[in-house]
Amino acid sequence: MMKQPLVQMRGIVKKFPGVVANDHVDLDLFAGEIHALLGENGSGKSTIMSILAGLYKPDAGEILVDGAPADFGSPRDAIDAGIGMVHQHFKLVEPFTVAQNIQLSERDGAFLLSDAAIRQEIKAFETRFGLAVDPDAPVWQLSVGEKQRVEIVRMLYRGSRVLILDEPTAVLTPQETAELFVNMKKMAAAGCAVVFITHKMNEVQEVADRVTVLRGGKVSGTMLCRDVHAQELVWLMVGREIVLNAERCASGQCGGEILSMKNVSALNDSGRPGLSDLALSLRAGQIFGIAGVAGNGQKELAEVLTGLRRTETGSIQFLGENVTGMSPSELIARGISYVPEDRLGMGLVPSLDAVENMLLKSYTHPEYSHGWLINRKAAEAKTAAVVQQYNVKLAGLSQPVRSMSGGNLQKLLLAREISEHPKLIIVVYPARGLDVGATESIHKLLMELRDQGAAILLVSEDLDELMKLSDRVGVMFGGQIVGNFPIEEVDLEEVGLLMMGLFRPKEERIHGDGR
Amino acid sequence: MGEQAFYIAILSSAVIAGTPILYAALGELVTERAGVTNLGVEGMMLIGAVSGFMAAIVTGNSWIGFAAAMLAGGAMGLIHAVLTVSLRANQVVSGLALTLFGTGLSGYLGKSYIGIPVAEPFRGVSLPLLGDIPLLGPVLFRHDVLIYLSWAIVLALWFFLSRTRAGLNLQAIGENPGAADSLGIPVFSLRYFYVIVGGMLCGAGGAYLSLASAPSWLENMTAGRGWIAVALVIFALWKPGRALVGSYLFGGIDALGFHLQAAGVHVSHFFLQMLPYLFTIAVLTIVMARRGGRLAAPGSLGIPYDREQR
Repeated sequence: MMKQPLVQMRGIVKKFPGVVANDHVDLDLFAGEIHALLGENGSGKSTIMSILAGLYKPDAGEILVDGAPADFGSPRDAIDAGIGMVHQHFKLVEPFTVAQNIQLSERDGAFLLSDAAIRQEIKAFETRFGLAVDPDAPVWQLSVGEKQRVEIVRMLYRGSRVLILDEPTAVLTPQETAELFVNMKKMAAAGCAVVFITHKMNEVQEVADRVTVLRGGKVSGTMLCRDVHAQELVWLMVGREIVLNAERCASGQCGGEILSMKNVSALNDSGRPGLSDLALSLRAGQIFGIAGVAGNGQKELAEVLTGLRRTETGSIQFLGENVTGMSPSELIARGISYVPEDRLGMGLVPSLDAVENMLLKSYTHPEYSHGWLINRKAAEAKTAAVVQQYNVKLAGLSQPVRSMSGGNLQKLLLAREISEHPKLIIVVYPARGLDVGATESIHKLLMELRDQGAAILLVSEDLDELMKLSDRVGVMFGGQIVGNFPIEEVDLEEVGLLMMGLFRPKEERIHGDGR
Repeated sequence: MGEQAFYIAILSSAVIAGTPILYAALGELVTERAGVTNLGVEGMMLIGAVSGFMAAIVTGNSWIGFAAAMLAGGAMGLIHAVLTVSLRANQVVSGLALTLFGTGLSGYLGKSYIGIPVAEPFRGVSLPLLGDIPLLGPVLFRHDVLIYLSWAIVLALWFFLSRTRAGLNLQAIGENPGAADSLGIPVFSLRYFYVIVGGMLCGAGGAYLSLASAPSWLENMTAGRGWIAVALVIFALWKPGRALVGSYLFGGIDALGFHLQAAGVHVSHFFLQMLPYLFTIAVLTIVMARRGGRLAAPGSLGIPYDREQR
């Protein structure tokens, strides 16, 4: 590692409206190393790699390849410099065969396709790196792991010496992950620099030579993996400086139990267990934060509570009534509200205007409808009042909401839900994609709602957000709440380890409601 | 007329009746392979037929007429490309508009050309040796040059799609333009190119009617052949070879009706004229049922590509 780095990134700064995604990031990549980029969502790890892959242009800083300055205007330039990125969402043409997909990427290729030549090359990658792919298989028939291998072979085929893998294990089975790691080691041994983006601690220790930890857009540490402990990485990743919210104590005493879930199990979209024996209890005036890596049952939890997903086993009690298996409209009538993750897809109808979107949930109320006619005037008056109260910026009451900014959409959605005076509101990733100002106003709305005595289930990937708002924090992993703490007892290291599924807390804490 | 001669006559006219459909189907195939639906085929054929005919009358040269038809069809393709590729308009709406536009404009332009004969229409040329093969010769090898040209196009298109890099790129932009774009394939300019090429072939199909098989100009002379071509491409699963077979099948049904009538079979001629369209519906139903609704259609067919939208 004394030689010149293959790639040097110096003082990279990248700003997006309202956020500094990368703040003077330095990164060296050496030939022959596996370099892990570790960080929470929003820590800037994908941004820095997108800059290296030519997708984004940095606002400041420089990139050196083999010691010479490089200026990437497009992915093409980066590919020509030997930098290839395997995206989380594969860029493959499904009906094509593997060989066709690989040939598709060839530049300045001959007019005629040569079957023999491509087969030989693919075979060569198999013998060199163990990257076995069947050139004649149509891509749609391949498993996710195989598709990923095709992407890697394609990058190698184009002559990539730096391979960036964006959360490559997120979609793989444990077996496929093990195989990927073997292949990554072979590629590094052959002189490639392999970068892999992850937020899983155990993977870093298993496969990486060096690790760079990002937090809030800054490098919080770069070190050799053999010198570092998991706890230290969690510390670097999560950080200590978390601002506890002083206002919380105003509602320190929670009210009576609003929601109680016992042994709830449900299937996920692919028919596998999404929730298994989950237990949860929520009180009035309480914000219960759910921490966890996406895909560990958060979506299923929210959908079970809103009647959008069938409960397989277990029971859900809401205000003392068994509401297991009730339809969404029955649950809405009882005072359960939902702010889904996908604002424009599920929360609002993009082509309808603000008034119509406001009416979506309340059109049956007698104030807005006379039998089968809608009272548009009343709805407009109500919308105008709500819009003003929550400071939503609209182009006009009759404009489609599609054109609104993310922050205003979220405010409108929250305003609709809050104006119904819910007793329980489920809020999923409320600040995702929002800038600081909008995040702040969303947080304020949630706190006001809590002060009015509603119970709030807040699902978030952002630990800062959870620490700031929650009264209790539960950690989800594998469809269960594996840790459940009152806010003052939260140990971020422990939460971090629990999120990775690395650590089981003392028995009595599991499912405990901390009375 | 001997029995054999009767069948030869039917088969030979099947090829002639199928050729305008074949040209149009190849045009539609190229356009759709690039991911753009084109329901303007009928309009493009009519514009091709009328402008080819006019140019041939004015210049006295049918080849110039044929070239003019392709240019006019290409111009219609350009309109479709601007609307659907650049402006990302709904492809179905744009196509329907082009058909209405083409039908109206061709009727207007061709008004004073009705009933005029072409000086030198494309006529049958017996290919040396091949034309003398018994049965096959008269059925396949005593036709006009445009038919031989259509075979060359089928062959070239098959080779292009299956063996060349540019053909692979064409399929990639129709299947997954996002992936193609990320690999540096110019999705927008290629879609323009193939929509225009498709329009040219549709124009050629129209010109075949007005310069070879009819040869004359009649208002609305395509009589729905453009729509048959659209359906045929589905039946052909977007493969040129199958498009050829399918075109001749439809041509055969068309010719059969005509010859049965000529042979004095007592069936209503309305019924006989209806046959190709009935056959289209039947074939589509069978193809759909057998494939369980899963077609080998290009993955992004009908979806305008928008780079910013991921």
